[in-house]
Amino acid sequence: MIRTLGRSALSVVFELGEISLFGLGALRGFFAQRGRLAKLTLAIHEIGVRCFPIVATVGLFTGLVMGLQLYYTLVKFGAESALGTAVALSLIRELGPVLTALMVVGQAGSAMASELGIQRNDEQIDALQTMSIDPLGFLVGPRLVATLICFPILTAVFDLIGIFGGYLTGSVLLNVDAGVYWNRVFESVSWADVQGGYIKSLVFGLLTISICAYRGFNTHRKASFPGVRGVSESATRAVVWSSVMVLAADYLITSFLL
Amino acid sequence: MDAFLKIRGLKKHFGDKRVLDGVDLDVAAASVTTIIGKSGIGKSVLLKCIANLLQPDAGTIQLDGQAIAQSRRRANSDAGVSFSYMFQNNALFDSLSTFDNVALPLREATKLGRADIQQRVSAMLQQLELSDAADRFPGELSGGMKKRVALGRALITKPQVVLFDEPTTGLDPERKYSVFEMIADYRERFGFTALLVSHDIPEVFEISDQVAWLDGGRIQFCGPPEALNSEAQTALSGFLSKANYGRKASAQFGGTQ
Repeated sequence: MIRTLGRSALSVVFELGEISLFGLGALRGFFAQRGRLAKLTLAIHEIGVRCFPIVATVGLFTGLVMGLQLYYTLVKFGAESALGTAVALSLIRELGPVLTALMVVGQAGSAMASELGIQRNDEQIDALQTMSIDPLGFLVGPRLVATLICFPILTAVFDLIGIFGGYLTGSVLLNVDAGVYWNRVFESVSWADVQGGYIKSLVFGLLTISICAYRGFNTHRKASFPGVRGVSESATRAVVWSSVMVLAADYLITSFLL
Repeated sequence: MDAFLKIRGLKKHFGDKRVLDGVDLDVAAASVTTIIGKSGIGKSVLLKCIANLLQPDAGTIQLDGQAIAQSRRRANSDAGVSFSYMFQNNALFDSLSTFDNVALPLREATKLGRADIQQRVSAMLQQLELSDAADRFPGELSGGMKKRVALGRALITKPQVVLFDEPTTGLDPERKYSVFEMIADYRERFGFTALLVSHDIPEVFEISDQVAWLDGGRIQFCGPPEALNSEAQTALSGFLSKANYGRKASAQFGGTQ
C-alpha cells in the first residue's frame, strides 16, 4: 500500500513537472510567434470577455449570500457594523480569486481542453508541426499570456460586484447603515490584501490554464480512450485537476501570506 | 535510379511491437511512389517518420544527399520547405477560411510580407479552382474541395516532397479518381516528389511511377507497377488478390494473371 501511495505521489509530481515545462514552452513559443497581438486579442476575448458575464453573476450572488449569512451571524454579537469588513476581506483575500478561477475553468478551461483534444485527434496539431509552426506557441502561448492579463481583472470584477452584493443585502434589505458599510470596507482593506488576492489570481490562472491546455494537447497520450471519449475524458480531468489544484494552491499561498 | 529521397535501415517500435524493422527505400526526384500494405502494418508510421512527426529508433533518411535534419534547417532559412504532409482527414482549421488555411504556413513560418502572401495564395487558389471558395470555411466545403484546400496548403510553401496519407479516404470512386488525377496533374505542374500511402488498388497505380509493398516491417517489393504482374507468385500476389488487384490490373498494364 505504501508503495502504491508512493508511486501515485511520484506520478503526480512528475505530471506537475511536465505541466510546468509545458507552460514554460508555451510562453517561450508565444514570444517567437508572428502576429502576437492579433492572437493575444483573440485569447483575451476567449478567456476574458466570454467569462465576464458568468464571473459577474457569480460575484453578485456570492456577495448577496455573504451579506445575508454574515449579517445574521454578526447581529448575534451586536457587531453588524462589521459587515463591510467581513464581506470585503473574505472576498478579496479568498473567495474572489478562488471562485473566479473555478468559473473560468468551467467556462474557458473545459472548452480549451476539448478544442485542443479535438485538434489533436483531427491531426491539426501534427499539421502545424509539418508546417514548421510551433504548436505550443501557436495554440497555447496566447492563452497563457491572456491569462496573466484577464485573471486579475476578472478577480477585481468579482470582488467589486461581490462587495456591492453585500451592500445590497446588508444595507438595502437589512438596514445596516450604508455609510458604515462602505466606511468599513475602505478602512479594513489594505494594499497587502489586494496584492495577496492578485498573486493568487495570477497563480491560479497559470495553473488552471496550463492544466487544461496540457490535458487537451496531450489527449492522445493521457486519455484512456481514443477518439471522442478521450476528448471528453481530457475535458473532465482538466476541470477536476484544475479545481483541486486551485484549492491546494490556495492553502499554500494563504499560509505563506498570513 | 538516382535517389532523391533515400531511406536506410529505418526502425520504429511502440512498446513490444516492432512496426518498422529496417525499411530501405529509394525515391527518385519528381516521381510518384505509392506505399501499399495491410492496414496497421506501419505505412503511416513510415510517412510520419519521414515528416519528423515520429522519431525513428534507428536508420537514416536523406533528402538530396543530406540527412533530413540538416535539410530541414537549410529549408527553413529560405522561402521553401523540404516536406509537406497531406493528412488523411485533411486537418484543416475549422475556424479559418479557405484563404487563411492555405495562407497559414506562409504567415506563421516565413517572413513573407502581406502583399506577397496575398498574391501567392490567390494564385494557388486560382490554380486549384478555389477562388470562389476563398472566404468559405471548411464546414461549408464539399469533400473534394477540402482535399484541394489541403493540397493547396501543402503546396503553398513550394515543398520538394509531398507526403500523402491515404488522400482518398472516405471518397466515392469518382472523387477518388479526381483526387488521383489532381495529384498527378499538380505533380507535373509544381514538380514535387510525391510519396503516397493508399489502399486504392489498382486505381492508384495509374499515377504511380513506383510501388513499394510494406510487410513485416520492411519493404518487400519495390518497382514500377508493371512489374507487379511478374511478382504474381510471391507473397505479394496474395495481398494483391485480396486487394482486388486482378483482371482489371492485367488489362491496365497488359500483363497476364
